[in-house]
Amino acid sequence: MASNDAQDPRLPRISSAIRVIPDFPKPGIMFQDITTLLLDTKAFKDTIDLFVERYRDQNISVVAGVEARGFIFGPPIALAIGAKFVPMRKPNKLPGEVISEEYSLEYGTDKMEMHVGAVQAGDRALVIDDLIATGGTLCAAIKLLERVGAQVVECACVIELPELKGREKLTGKPLFVLVKGA
Amino acid sequence: MSAYRDEDEDPRLHGIKTKIRVVPHFPKSGIMFQDITTLLLDPKAFKDTIDLFVERYKGKNINVVAGIEARGFIFGPPIALAIGAKFVPLRKPKKLPGKVISQEYILEYGRDCLEMHVGAVEAGERALVVDDLIATGGTLCAAMDLLERVGAEVVECACVIELPELKGRERLNGKPLYVLVEYLEV
Repeated sequence: MASNDAQDPRLPRISSAIRVIPDFPKPGIMFQDITTLLLDTKAFKDTIDLFVERYRDQNISVVAGVEARGFIFGPPIALAIGAKFVPMRKPNKLPGEVISEEYSLEYGTDKMEMHVGAVQAGDRALVIDDLIATGGTLCAAIKLLERVGAQVVECACVIELPELKGREKLTGKPLFVLVKGA
Repeated sequence: MSAYRDEDEDPRLHGIKTKIRVVPHFPKSGIMFQDITTLLLDPKAFKDTIDLFVERYKGKNINVVAGIEARGFIFGPPIALAIGAKFVPLRKPKKLPGKVISQEYILEYGRDCLEMHVGAVEAGERALVVDDLIATGGTLCAAMDLLERVGAEVVECACVIELPELKGRERLNGKPLYVLVEYLEV
């Protein structure tokens, strides 16, 4: 697992705390398991701190976290920077009025939903997930936020899989990651 | 009409209670769904929620906070980080990669299953179970079973909301339950 170029001394421990599971959920996929990171209290705290240090002075009003692992990283960041936390969910999980965005999977499509009224026009938003692969999920999240007039300032993930070129799918939005997976 | 009743005089509780949105007839007719997403839109109320749990558990040698997918993932990690505990996600089947142990539990119609990673929790560790809400207590009970099967001690279950009429508290095999607000249908 390669770390990114920033040379922050906290990164090697974060990187080595991530466990790679071969052939999950299917053959050929090297699954990046962040649950082992969550078992290392220092590494988990450092992970959150790295994001908080980057965003605390940027007037971020919304942290949108993608279900489900985005729910683990998003709220601690939101709490530390004083932003709202907005869960972006699979269909039929959020009660009340929602807006939906369909996105492509390798085979077929899926849908992401956000509550109507959670985010206002002019809100400055971050999108958080544990990992960016093809970028399809993050792209759907960006679209939902922009449809209600929010400004997506950046997407932030713990891990990027650069070979899948997800960074290019973010409609020009910047991406910040802590580690890159080979 | 609906009412919230709390047994604690902490002044932060009023702000928390008013931020929880009740959505009638979701996911089906007759259910008054307790929506915590509106609480998450109020940074002060969300912070107060976390602080109330942290104040209770800091300094109690809690090693593990186990959060139930998916809304337990929102409240559990901030608590874990603040008290210096590991966070362990308890998930629906087939989401966790690698070796897991499973606990089946009964739903109103049918069954479901909760999974935990082998090796995440060790014998003798002191654990909290966190979820947004306790209804019948079935899910919390399955969570406690998983932790106890690996030899951990479940110190307490902690939820933002309790639906006391569903008597979930009684299903917890004598384990204590701590909640911030109770929802009663008047």
